[in-house]
Amino acid sequence: MSERTLLVRSDLDIVSARVEGRDMAKALGFGTIDQARIATAISELTRNIVLYAGEGTVTLRPIERGSKKGIEVVCEDHGPGIEDVNLVMQDGYSTSRGLGMGLPGAKRLMDEFEIESQVGKGTRVTARKWLR
Amino acid sequence: MATPLIRIPILQIEDFLVASIQVALHDRSAVQFRDDLLQRIHETKAKGLIIDLTAVDIVDSFIGRLIGDVAEMAALMGTRVVVSGLQPAVAITLTELGLELPGIITALNLEKGISILRRLTREEEGEG
Repeated sequence: MSERTLLVRSDLDIVSARVEGRDMAKALGFGTIDQARIATAISELTRNIVLYAGEGTVTLRPIERGSKKGIEVVCEDHGPGIEDVNLVMQDGYSTSRGLGMGLPGAKRLMDEFEIESQVGKGTRVTARKWLR
Repeated sequence: MATPLIRIPILQIEDFLVASIQVALHDRSAVQFRDDLLQRIHETKAKGLIIDLTAVDIVDSFIGRLIGDVAEMAALMGTRVVVSGLQPAVAITLTELGLELPGIITALNLEKGISILRRLTREEEGEG
């Protein structure tokens, strides 16, 4: 299984990205509940791209660390960036039509979660889920 | 690029409306679905609405909030809303996302949903 990078610029791409993510998670051996967690996290993260940056990419890749196997989701955009990453990770914080649960919600659904962002340059969110 | 909207059929059974989501909804189709539901409630004066999610394997915060909005708006119009057939994985992810759906009545399946609506609307008529 090889990694896949998808362009994200509309609500249709959000659906395609989460379908691809679910398929990859399933092929990697994740159970139905983890498949739903991964697909839902992809939905939240790619919606952020569409809402805040207009367009970006999502990369889905199988990963290994030691004897662990998992999936990595990387969402990248060249949008406005996030001024205060700690603030957007708070539950209930929202600057848009979201519910303020996009990023913290996605974090709860995954095992590892990192945000790198530079104002005026863009944002990269990396999320991983490991097979148990 | 124009995106074709997906329209979800809304059926009428007795005094109730039933809509079963069978496809992955993108955001604009979901908004269209909400508007269609409210319009049909208005046209039919339905006493209840069941949104059946048996075939839905992902509910993200956008769709979850939209369903909450429909329930709230329908309540303003005097229509009770029951959500049926929530898959275990969907219930788990909704909770982990932190999405609370206050005031939403849920039923295991469509049949139980209808019997809940019958009981609720009968009680209301009894009170009236």
